[in-house]
Amino acid sequence: MRFAFFLGCTTPFHLKAYETSSRAVLRGLDVDLVDIARFGCCGYPLKNVDLKASLLSTARNLALARKEDLHILCLCKCGFGTLKQGAAALLKDPRLLDEMNRHLEKEDLCYDGRCEVFHLLTVLHKHVGLEMIRKKIRKSYKDLKIATHYGCHALRPSEIVRFDDSVSPKLFDELVDTTGAESVAWPEKLACCGGPLLGINDSLSFKLTEKKLAGAGQAGARFIATACPFCQIQFETMQREYPFGRRENHGVRPVLYPQLLGLCMGLDKETLGLGNEDGSLLEQFLVAA
Amino acid sequence: MLFTFCLYLSLAVFGLGSLFKAFNWFRIKIGPGARDIPVSTRIGAAVNGSISTVFSKKVFLLLKVLIVDVLFQGWMLKRSFFRWASHMCIWGGFALLLVMHGLEQLVTGALFPDYASTLNPFMFLRDLAAAFVLLGIALVLYRRLLMKGSRPKSTARDYYAITVLAVIMVSGIVLEGTQITSHVIFRDMVEQYAGMDEQDDASQLKALESYWVEAFGVVSPDVQGPMDAQILAQGEEIHIASCADCHSRPQWAFLGYGVAGAIRPFAFSLDRTGFGTFLWYVHFLTCFLGLALLPFSKFFHVVATPLNLLINAVMDEKKAHPANIATKRALELDACTHCGDCTVRCSVAIAYRQIPNPAILPSEKLAALRKMASRKKIGYREIRVIQEGNHICTGCHRCTDVCPVGINLEALWHGLGDDLAHLGYPRLEIWTRNAMGAMFETALQEGRPLLLEPSDGNVSEGYGSQPQMQSFSVCFGCQTCTNVCPVVAIFENPGEQVGLLPHQIMHALALGRTDLAMGSGMLWDCVTCYLCQEECPQGVYVTDVLYVLKNMACKKAAEAGNAATQHEIGGHLG
Repeated sequence: MRFAFFLGCTTPFHLKAYETSSRAVLRGLDVDLVDIARFGCCGYPLKNVDLKASLLSTARNLALARKEDLHILCLCKCGFGTLKQGAAALLKDPRLLDEMNRHLEKEDLCYDGRCEVFHLLTVLHKHVGLEMIRKKIRKSYKDLKIATHYGCHALRPSEIVRFDDSVSPKLFDELVDTTGAESVAWPEKLACCGGPLLGINDSLSFKLTEKKLAGAGQAGARFIATACPFCQIQFETMQREYPFGRRENHGVRPVLYPQLLGLCMGLDKETLGLGNEDGSLLEQFLVAA
Repeated sequence: MLFTFCLYLSLAVFGLGSLFKAFNWFRIKIGPGARDIPVSTRIGAAVNGSISTVFSKKVFLLLKVLIVDVLFQGWMLKRSFFRWASHMCIWGGFALLLVMHGLEQLVTGALFPDYASTLNPFMFLRDLAAAFVLLGIALVLYRRLLMKGSRPKSTARDYYAITVLAVIMVSGIVLEGTQITSHVIFRDMVEQYAGMDEQDDASQLKALESYWVEAFGVVSPDVQGPMDAQILAQGEEIHIASCADCHSRPQWAFLGYGVAGAIRPFAFSLDRTGFGTFLWYVHFLTCFLGLALLPFSKFFHVVATPLNLLINAVMDEKKAHPANIATKRALELDACTHCGDCTVRCSVAIAYRQIPNPAILPSEKLAALRKMASRKKIGYREIRVIQEGNHICTGCHRCTDVCPVGINLEALWHGLGDDLAHLGYPRLEIWTRNAMGAMFETALQEGRPLLLEPSDGNVSEGYGSQPQMQSFSVCFGCQTCTNVCPVVAIFENPGEQVGLLPHQIMHALALGRTDLAMGSGMLWDCVTCYLCQEECPQGVYVTDVLYVLKNMACKKAAEAGNAATQHEIGGHLG
């Protein structure tokens, strides 16, 4: 199993732990990752300003992966959604594809419309499979309640992203359950983390985040499991900086899914980029599988 | 006389220019941390910081950086071998030429009492160093002109630097070639050093001249081949006795000797017309021009870049005095050599093909920032260009990671963004929202029913050409989009906060009032969660339509701005 590893812009510098933990976990599950240094912006941050520029940026990444004859494994939900949407738009409209290829030609690239894009969670659930993951687990969690945060751009628009059932998805919950932790039911499971508005309308952005954290806390979760750098950073920022006079943290911490899974697979905290506090807390719940 | 005058003049211009540029490091303000710090505080902090660093253990770190990263360019080598190789050729070769050849009386003469520019190893080394510089220039031109990839266009500033270097090198080498062939110089040397008299030693002189013509490329009007072997042997004897001690075989000056061979057919007329003197003027005048203009050209990086690398090694930006950080930001503008590596690795450089704003590319953004910082006022257009350019950045940090001279580009962009916001040009979403919101208010304040005449602007931008973007026309106003919207749900009185709600936007579009739709704050408060689009019973691409409207609003707001606006930038950036 080989994929072109699409890290996106935010993960490598601002959330290195997501990269290191994903690499470690995927290595443990025999998934080969190919790094393509020329990968650039997925196109997501350009959408507000110029959809064509965004699509061009998407097309460039798809073409780069095609050049290596690989499909893409993406860590970021926004990146996943944007790449999927771009790929779908290019497949649907040959004129648009031609237009993009005229630009890409100047970099000796050409996209033929045949690159598929998968999110990390899809690869873990569908390509690797829960059975295989269970085999690699050495210790599992007991009595640990986790709130899964799906992330908007993984779920919707469902006809394009085809990640899971957009109304009652199960994929992430099953992945969390595999670690022995209990995925709790909570009303804000499918809602937005607030991340896309960070820097545009901070107070609104944090109100949405607050709602999610409070919901997870009320459901008794100790951690919110994420698989997207924007969501993770949004929750981390909120819990670290306590903006807008907020006092309560609802006893919930964000954790990246590969960190959660990595501990069960016996990977060490440094590799997973887990801080001491979160790492020790998670380890308290670990028992021999 | 002219030489001395030009030397002191160029030294004076260089000195004053450098002082002026160095003063700018304490004057230019980039970023919020720099805004309220007076120049005197910045100079004081820099002096304090430098003294306390030099008299601490950190001085060893400085020494290490000086040798590894400045002298041998280790920092650059770690980032790009090609760049290191080409730059090392130019820097190493030129530095050797400057010290050993340019300053021969001060340095080489003092170090080696028997020094003569015509003697080996000096003669050979001079040409070797020049060959390295030429090779470096060739590699640089190859990279700038022929290498593929999304490199920024080279500017007059870049070509000035390359041209000055090339003129100095080529004039020097051709001068050497004409000197090798020169009969006048040969006769001068005979007179001065060999102690031979034209009348008394005529036959010996002829033998020596024959030997030099035959063996060393001198072009003589009197002696021409084929030579008699006996005369040549006699000439060689005289050469060994009278000349060889001070003059190595000119073949060792391999570049000049090559030129001498090439110009042989017309060397004599060149010699008589004083072409050598002309070249000599070109050579030293270009050197002095380069020196005088150094502070105002790209060459100033030879001062700013090593300083930047040294400061990087000893300054922790998290703990440093804000005044020193401000000074470093300003110095970094001069450390940039416009090599373009940041642009090649930039995550969003591809956007430039669709949005032709050069300020998207980090190398061009820095150039624009340097230009802005050197002036008192900036016009609307200029500031809009850099605002858009600075906005189209994903903060991926690659530019900073790959910069071969260690500029903290990401910090510059953050500072620039903050300054732009301070001038009334925040990030595009906020700026467009404010600009469009102002227009929207007047439309509603007219106090009469809305006119149902279509406004200009069709929903046809971006993906808008695709049929799904026109899907708003089938909206039947069930308000599902608005009811599922998490943003609408969070406000008690959403209409007041966000303007038109999602279903109202679709309705406004159906009525042809694109202007009202573009003015709604909802566009910019949309979290793009796609719930509205997912739930719409009519299959309207609500979220995607909002994206198209945002694109249109960005263009419209930019057009509507007052092009005549001038901003005083005395408080920041300048």
